[in-house]
Amino acid sequence: MAKELKLMKGNEAIAESAIRAGVDGYFGYPITPQSEVLEHLMIENPVEKTGMVVLQAESETASINMVYAGAACGKKVMTSSSSPGISLMQEGLSYIAGAELPAVVVNVVRGGPGLGTIQPSQADYFQTTKGGGHGDYRLITLAPASVQEMYDFVQLAFDLAFKYRNPAIILSDGMIGQVMEKVVIDDYKPRWTDEYIAKTFPWAAVGKPASRNHNIITSLELDSAKQEQININIQKKYKVCEEKEVRYEMINCEDAEYLFVAYGSSARICQKTIELARAEGIKVGLFRPITLWPFPSKQLKEAAKNVKGILSVEMNAGQMIEDVKLATECRVKAEHFGRYGGMIPDPNEILVALKKQIM
Amino acid sequence: MTREEIIKPENLVYRRTPVLTDNIMHYCPGCGHGTIHRLIAEVIEEMGIQDKTIGISPVGCSVLAYNYFDVDFVEAAHGRAPACGTAIKRLNPDKYVFTYQGDGDLAAIGTAETIHACNRGENITMIFVNNAIYGMTGGQMAPTTLLGMKTATCPYGRTVEANGYPLKITELIAQLPGTYYVTRQAVFTPAHVRKCKKAIRQAFENQNLKKGVSFVEVVSNCNSNWKMTATKANQWLEENMLPFYPLGDLKTPEK
Repeated sequence: MAKELKLMKGNEAIAESAIRAGVDGYFGYPITPQSEVLEHLMIENPVEKTGMVVLQAESETASINMVYAGAACGKKVMTSSSSPGISLMQEGLSYIAGAELPAVVVNVVRGGPGLGTIQPSQADYFQTTKGGGHGDYRLITLAPASVQEMYDFVQLAFDLAFKYRNPAIILSDGMIGQVMEKVVIDDYKPRWTDEYIAKTFPWAAVGKPASRNHNIITSLELDSAKQEQININIQKKYKVCEEKEVRYEMINCEDAEYLFVAYGSSARICQKTIELARAEGIKVGLFRPITLWPFPSKQLKEAAKNVKGILSVEMNAGQMIEDVKLATECRVKAEHFGRYGGMIPDPNEILVALKKQIM
Repeated sequence: MTREEIIKPENLVYRRTPVLTDNIMHYCPGCGHGTIHRLIAEVIEEMGIQDKTIGISPVGCSVLAYNYFDVDFVEAAHGRAPACGTAIKRLNPDKYVFTYQGDGDLAAIGTAETIHACNRGENITMIFVNNAIYGMTGGQMAPTTLLGMKTATCPYGRTVEANGYPLKITELIAQLPGTYYVTRQAVFTPAHVRKCKKAIRQAFENQNLKKGVSFVEVVSNCNSNWKMTATKANQWLEENMLPFYPLGDLKTPEK
């Protein structure tokens, strides 16, 4: 099938990808800077194309609980929002992780805390990679650095969410959400049939046939010994995920004496800084985590062996730097450079920071 | 007459519906939940929709309802059952979807989800058990607690000044164009039980029409947290709850 090329916003790419990936349902609520996801879905009206349900809910709280219930039926369901809305969704995310359901959430991050700003930020790194809601759980976190990755990661997030029966989150930001780039798009994939779902996901609440016991989707277990066992099983699953699902990219690292560690928009900006630095003869490379959880700790530790110092470049006050230091066991100098509150770092100021803090 | 001679199908006058499981219910003796569960289960059996029904349980005393109904069940977060029901029905329009909630769940923490699911006209059945108190957490004030009624969090009695008015959420949602059938029932006498079952049956059958929410409030008791005997609680219900929450249909389908 011939691939199609389209110019689109990051947010539109999320929506278009969802339709074409055969997603069953999207439940969302408007918030800047991600409203184009819901708008694009409403314009495309996918119920006529694939039968995909799109609903504007009354709140992010309702949205995530709709996602929880849709996932409980074995359906491919998702939502998207931006930071304040994602905070409201933490209840639902915890329940989805607790009930071990697959679901996809997109966070087009804006600056905080509080109502903050509508400009891009990476200040939700802690919230996303360390759990966010109550209880011991993790979100499989994918960090796109381009509109193409916004598109591609929807399908990838669903694959991972269903493989591990755990929510997967695409941690984007206002820049990747709003910027327009070329995207290679796929043909429409058909949605799963009810027969396929009932056969493939024997746990799903789809209506109880006489041939099996009733399926119960819940995160409640009042017997502490049983609840501990549920937690142990979830943690085992996370160990496998940490072993198998790490994704990262290394750019200009072959001869690098210094390393930027950056994801998403920051990684894009660092690539420009690398050009500037190398023009001055400074050998610097980029280590870009694509999965923020599981964090590519082993790979970063390995990459850090041959460098004199690391600068963790983030659009926040210093969050991923903690994982960088843990990964490298503080054996190499690692510092944080960040702009925040909606400010985007300039390639030149990153170079200045590299010279001042690391060299 | 031997035992075998007595236990024959033709002698059967009553049995537990197979839509209820064998699990022993955790509800207090005298509580209305067991009766209401039975009525719903009997309706599901009589309609022959056990394999097409998905239930949603709340947070509160009936949180474990999924252990008692032999149908597929989803346990919602506190107050979110109508949002869950919305998604399940929209993604599975050929299934029968019902929510089961108490007063704290439906009329306090879940008010937004309740109002909006009703206003969107989701094609689901909502069962609302109103006993004017938070049972599971130990008898705190509910949105439907009557004025003057004593609870753990209004120990000297509910007052307008301190706590505002009891919320007649059923009257409120009956005003919404998205609700198709809204009724208030009770289960404290056999006659009320029979009427309530008819209402629940109607509320389930309405899903075939795709005309919006069918909403059944059941005024019930909480003898444990009302600190009364079961008999006294039913008397109290009749004398105090029913004057404020009068029984009957608030909105009926056009004939």
